[in-house]
Order: sequence, then structure tokens, then C-alpha cells
Amino acid sequence: MSESPPAGHLLDEGVLGEPIAASRAGSEGYLLEATDLHKRYGPNEVLRGVSFGVHRGDVKAVLGPSGSGKSTMLRCLALLEPVDQGEVRLEGRRIGVRESRRGLIPLPEAVLARERSNIGMVFQRFNLFPHLTALGNVMIGLTEVRGRSATAAREIAQNMIARIGLAERSAFYPSELSGGQQQRVAIARALVMNPKAMLFDEPTSALDPELVGGILSIMEELAHEGMTMVVVTHEVGFARHVADRVIMMDEGLIIEDAPPAEFFENPKHERTRKFLEAVH
Amino acid sequence: MDFRPSVFFEALTSPAFIEGVKLTIALTVVAMIAGLVLGLVLALMRGSSFAVVRGAAWAYIWIFRAIPTLVQLLFIWDALPQFIPAFKGDWFSAFFAASIALSMNEAAYAAEIFRGGLLSIDDGQRLAARALGMSPSKVFTKVILPQLVRVTIPPLSNDFITMLKITSLASVISLQELLAQTQTQIATTFRFVEYYSAAAIYYLVVVSIFMVIQAQIERRFVWSSQAPGGRSSLSRVRQLAALR
Repeated sequence: MSESPPAGHLLDEGVLGEPIAASRAGSEGYLLEATDLHKRYGPNEVLRGVSFGVHRGDVKAVLGPSGSGKSTMLRCLALLEPVDQGEVRLEGRRIGVRESRRGLIPLPEAVLARERSNIGMVFQRFNLFPHLTALGNVMIGLTEVRGRSATAAREIAQNMIARIGLAERSAFYPSELSGGQQQRVAIARALVMNPKAMLFDEPTSALDPELVGGILSIMEELAHEGMTMVVVTHEVGFARHVADRVIMMDEGLIIEDAPPAEFFENPKHERTRKFLEAVH
Repeated sequence: MDFRPSVFFEALTSPAFIEGVKLTIALTVVAMIAGLVLGLVLALMRGSSFAVVRGAAWAYIWIFRAIPTLVQLLFIWDALPQFIPAFKGDWFSAFFAASIALSMNEAAYAAEIFRGGLLSIDDGQRLAARALGMSPSKVFTKVILPQLVRVTIPPLSNDFITMLKITSLASVISLQELLAQTQTQIATTFRFVEYYSAAAIYYLVVVSIFMVIQAQIERRFVWSSQAPGGRSSLSRVRQLAALR
């Protein structure tokens, strides 16, 4: 990985806050925790009881064959898809649903929107807004969600764009940027909201091979600065060297959840072993 | 060949023609604006999760595309006051009736254009906007609408030109728009060639002006930092100014 940026340059100091007290956190002090998530699309049961937690500042890499439910799980964590069963907790607080006599029901979209702004999401295909410049893409969350003035938002966004190394490109539209540059803008768009956690859905899968390293080094940098991250990826190297724990998903279930050394050297599950052989 | 240039130029500059073309443009703009608003609502209704809402929009589009525009116009003007006596008042003018009929007709076509435009916008756009924490109305106005406008400008401009010409149908309900004015003049002069030619010139000129406006609007929706018009060039100028 080339041109690794200097430490401490992506996040503002104090953004991540103090470690949460155990009482505010979930049962095991997780920052982000999923319990028994079930999700069904018609006859397909995509998630069949997924549970895991991420501690503050930890990076969780999620591996698994396509169709195993990785992206769906991420979307449920980001509150983009309602779960059929189970719960998501952020800093110990259940999000996305409210209790009623009939059980848990999803919150209305307008309330969900507010909760979503605390979790950053980066997509495989960048999904930048084509009608806005790089700067406009990074500003829009600040002006339209956080209610910042255009002047304040521009300053913060300009600053963030400089940190990801695209200062000279801030007036360019997404169609004028390479895939790697677009994905950097997408990361900046999420980071500028000061999220408590960042979710990455195969962030390098749509990139040309020579652009993958740049994105991975930004993510590694973020991890070093203490961002809590869940990364669905096919980059085994990233999972091995950057992640604190690695998850293997298969057919809507987590079949392995271990530190990378154990995950890669001594996987418990036969499917994990086969998968690792196939991707190596 | 019988063509008298003096009569032709007299027709071109006659106050009656000027009045007629004013009314034609006014009717086009009013019917188009109302039609677009209603059309957008219908297009959104077609994407609703409630079957009743979807069905209502579908039925509307079905009916208003199937029935000839002239029949709709005559129905609103002649049949509606008989059907509902409240429409018998003086306020129910030919202009008002034509505006209603033409905008309801346009809404059906615009709804399909908007629906196609909405389908063309990648799902990832909505997803990314929601993930940022935008409320449903912000997702629509800040992310979906600008992209929808861009893809629907060409087909909607087509509709605008069609509308300009369809307003001539309102001559049958005694609205003194361009064609009605032309026919009134012909009834006293019997100079068909000169007067119809003059009317044709007016339509040609108005459509040409509109085409220039359309090109201007489209230029604003070129999303490039090199674009010759619109906001981006302004931001480039600002950038340059900031460098000095």
C-alpha cells in the first residue's frame, strides 16, 4: 500500500468521544450489536438469526460467498431495511423500532432518518449524487440533515476533501472522477457526519485493481484512528491485517467469528476452510 | 398563383393575431404547469405501496389517454355545466374550461414520462440519500428531483410543443386563440392563403423561441465542471477569484 497518510488526519479530535460506560453499552459493552436478525424476501430467508457485536474502535471484517446475506445484514444494521425479527443496538440503545403491545414495530421513516445519520455507510458502487460536485456531495448531509449553514458546511466539507487528498478535485462532478476518487468522496460524505460507526459494503469490489490499494489504505487509516467499522469485503489481506475479528457468513448465518489469526490459521468450520481455499 | 404580400403582412401585424397568440401562449403555459404538477403526483401515486392509490392513478392515465382531446374539451365545456349546474356561471369561461381539459389531458402523458424518469434513476441514489439520514421529502427534492428533471426535459419539451398546437382545438369552444382569430379574419376577407400562412408563421416563431429556451434549460443540467453554462461555471469563476 502506497502513500499511507499521516496518523490522525481523517477524524477530528474528540469525534469518537470517551469510551462508553458499561451501563450505557449493551450486555458486553458493544458499540454496535445485532441480536438474532431475521430477514425474509418472499420465500427467501436471507438472514436466519444473525448475532454479533462490535466494540468501540474495533474493525469487523465480514467474509462469505455471494448470496450469503452479508449485504442484507449491513443494510439492516444501517436501518435501510427493516428486520423481520431481532434487534440492532447502538451504544446499548435499541434503534429502528419501537415497542408496542403487538411487539416491535419499525419507526416511521422520518424518525429512522435521524437514527441513520449516526451510522455511516459506504457502497460498492459509490452512489455519489451525479448532480452535485465532489464538494456538494460531501456538503449535502451537513446542510440537509445536520442543518448547518452552507458556509459552515462548505468549510467542513472542503477540509474533509483535503484530508482524503482530493482538494484540487472538489469542483469536479462524479462523472469526471475515477472510481477510486469517487469512493474516496463517498467515504468523506459519510465521515463528515461524524458517525459513531462506519459500514462498508464491498467498498473495493467495483474498482480497477490498481485503485483498490488507495481505498484500503484510507480504511486502514480510519481503523488506526479508532473508528468502529464493519467491512464486508473480499479483500482477505485487509481482513487478516486490519480487522480485529473476522466473521464468516454462509446461507444467512454466521458460521465463524474469530480473531484473524485463528480465523485464517485454524478455521473451525469446514465451509470456512473451503471458502479460504477458493479465494486464495 | 394568388398571394398578396400586403394582405399577408397586414395579417402578421394585426392586433387580432397578437391577441390570439397571447392567448395561445397563456393557455399553453397554464395547462402545461397544471398538467406537470398533476402528472408528477400521478407518477408518484403509481409507485405507491397502496394498491388502491396505484389503481386510481392507473385508471386516470388509462381514461385520459384513451379519449380524444377534442372530446375531453367538448365534454368539459358543454357537458359539464349540464351535468353539474354549478358550472353554469359566467366565471366558467372558455379559457378556464380549456385549461382544465388540456391540463388533465397533459397530466396523463406527463405521468408516464415522470414514471419512466423515476425508473431510470438508480436505486443506489435513494439508498445513499437515506443512509445519510435524509428525510423522505429531502430524498425526493434534493436527490431524486434534480435527476428526474434532467432526464425528462427532452420528452416534456416535446409535450410542450404538442400542447402549443393542441390549444388550437379550443377554437371549437369559442376561445379566441390564434386559430380562432385567424378564422374570424378569413370569414370577412376570404384570404385563406395569407391568413393561414400568417398563423403558421406565428406557431413557427413561438415554437422556435421555446426551443431556444429548452436548450438553455438543458445546458443548466449538464453536470460537468467544464460546462459552458449554469452553476458550475460560476463556481469555477469563484474558484479562480479565490486563487488570486
